[in-house]
Amino acid sequence: MTDVRAGSSGPAGAPGGTAEAARPAAVTGRAASPAASPDAAGPALAVSTTGLTKRFRGGQVAVDHIDLAVPRGSVYGFLGPNGSGKTTTIRMLLGLAFPTSGQAELLGVPMPQGAIQVLPHVGSLIEGPAFYPFLNGRDNLARCDAADRTADPRTAADRINTALDRVGLLAAAGKRYRNYSLGMKQRLAIAAGLLTPRQLIVLDEPTNGLDPQGTREVRGLIREIAADGITVFVSSHLLAEVEQVCSHVGVMRTGRLVFQGPLEELRRTGAARIRIETTDPAVAADVLRKIGLPDPQIAGDEVTAPLTDFSPERICADLVHAGVGVRGLGVVTPSLEELFVGLTGEGFDVDG
Amino acid sequence: MAEATVIESPAAGPGPAAARVPVGHARAWLRFFRSELRQVFLRRRNQMLLGVTALFPILIGVGLRLASHPHGGGGGGGLSFVTQLTGNGIFLSFIALTILLTLVMPVVVAVVAGDSIAGEAGYGTLRYLLAVPAGRTRLLAVKYSVIVVFALAVTFTVTGVALATGAALFPIGPVTLLSGTTVSLAEGILRLVLVSLYVAAAMASLGAIGLAISTLTEHAIGAIAGLAIFVVASEVADQVPQFAVIQPYLPTHWWNSFDALLRAPIDSGTLLKGLLSFAVYLVIFGSFAWARFTTADVTS
Ligand SMILES: Nc1ncnc2c1ncn2[C@@H]1O[C@H](COP(=O)(O)OP(=O)(O)OP(=O)(O)O)[C@@H](O)[C@H]1O
Ligand SMILES: [Mg+2]
Repeated sequence: MTDVRAGSSGPAGAPGGTAEAARPAAVTGRAASPAASPDAAGPALAVSTTGLTKRFRGGQVAVDHIDLAVPRGSVYGFLGPNGSGKTTTIRMLLGLAFPTSGQAELLGVPMPQGAIQVLPHVGSLIEGPAFYPFLNGRDNLARCDAADRTADPRTAADRINTALDRVGLLAAAGKRYRNYSLGMKQRLAIAAGLLTPRQLIVLDEPTNGLDPQGTREVRGLIREIAADGITVFVSSHLLAEVEQVCSHVGVMRTGRLVFQGPLEELRRTGAARIRIETTDPAVAADVLRKIGLPDPQIAGDEVTAPLTDFSPERICADLVHAGVGVRGLGVVTPSLEELFVGLTGEGFDVDG
Repeated sequence: MAEATVIESPAAGPGPAAARVPVGHARAWLRFFRSELRQVFLRRRNQMLLGVTALFPILIGVGLRLASHPHGGGGGGGLSFVTQLTGNGIFLSFIALTILLTLVMPVVVAVVAGDSIAGEAGYGTLRYLLAVPAGRTRLLAVKYSVIVVFALAVTFTVTGVALATGAALFPIGPVTLLSGTTVSLAEGILRLVLVSLYVAAAMASLGAIGLAISTLTEHAIGAIAGLAIFVVASEVADQVPQFAVIQPYLPTHWWNSFDALLRAPIDSGTLLKGLLSFAVYLVIFGSFAWARFTTADVTS
């Protein structure tokens, strides 16, 4: 029941996707949670953009016609290397920056016009935590809460404590923010996002600067949030960091969205290949062709071909039967990381 | 309790359009305003600035007392009000305002006004306030309201401390106005309050200029320094005879015209011109701040 991937049947990159894609069964089952209202009448997508573009003064196009479609109830990993436009996109989604062209909707409400209406339902961490260094953690959260015209002042103290407790900061709540460690700062920012019931949480690199333990904790927190039926939109450089929690991913490269869809679909784009190490590559390739494997490739003493639905055992038997000297045989599937790197490029230099 | 239910049941509506209902506009606004007041008045830096400001009238009073003692009068150089001071301690307030209006008070106000938006941008808290969402116009309004309160606090700190010091060091009693008429001490103090309000209005209009500058940068120090330079430049221009034509339009030109309140009858023509000048600067720079702040990308 906690597996949000249940809803991952939607069409990739299709803004305004079908109803099934947008309303995962697993989430509908959880609609009792007060924070979530993915009820029948709610909009299908938690985040949707069409042709969203940001050109900065100076001419640089940081975000280039992206069409995001984040289904309700999903955990959407927004991935991309440094400078690929993730933060700029998030700033536009939250009404901090104004798009050069294109539209954005949060929870079905157009942004930035609907900011006042919709942002109370959206918790956010934008490009790292930022608080007043001279206030302690609790006072910093109280300040955020006081700015929220929809927050009930009578429940403020309780909600602040709950949020602090949720991120494990209750004990350090009286400490000045100035003296917080990086991880504590990050947690406080997440706590601020949890002050009131939310329908969407936007986290821009929430694991930045955290140790492996902290990274794991953040992942756990994302899982908990998602289990409450809240849509999570989380950006990261690293697929590995979020792949365990994501149901969907969007991959950015130099301002363009180069892939979007369920994580499973990204995985499927990397088809398994059979790899044969042999003394007679040419013959082996012939055999593969004959039994029906498309397009075998020869590289040195190795032959590879897409496995399609053949069983490696059968291929092995056929090869041996044809008298091919097989030294080694295996199935290789590109890891998600390899697929991801294939999408974003490997270069160390920042694009743009 | 009924209200709390409304607030916490976004799920009840047909979607987010049935947003969490605002907790009553005025009350929510007041809550944010109080939070901003605490932010400004509990900040150690601002408390120290107010404390230092409070020291000046004492120093001035003691200095003038020492200077006046052996000769029984004079002492204060070309300063107006100083001759009246030996006869009545209430005049220390006017002397202190005249002296401190040249630099100390504008700088103290500049610190809070210049810091208002630029400080938030510098800390990065601006993006979080807007994501809350505080609302851009609402945030600006709250910021400016607190600047006005701070301007009042600075002014009344000066006049209050000066009045107490003056009463301690000099005789106090019925006040002889600049026009020669004598009024009761009570009326003198009432006029002092009016003078303070006039000066606070001047500082509030300066605060609007500071708010506008503050929306242009994420470096609070830059905004503060910019505003201080602006004040000094205006004061210098106000002293150069060649600029006589533009002087009435300078933002600092009418600051010292509070002496219009110390005449019988009150010189309302001068007073109104001063207040009009403050209002015009408030409107121009307030509009600029609003236009800029509601359309600019927040990239801090
Ligand atoms: N205010 C700005 N003015 C001009 N260019 C900007 C501005 N903000 C960002 N950029 C540029 O836009 C591009 C995208 O930046 P952005 O911060 O969105 O990237 P990112 O994907 O969040 O990167 P990172 O992973 O390093 O945080 C970069 O090339 C950056 O230099
Ligand atoms: Mg970023």
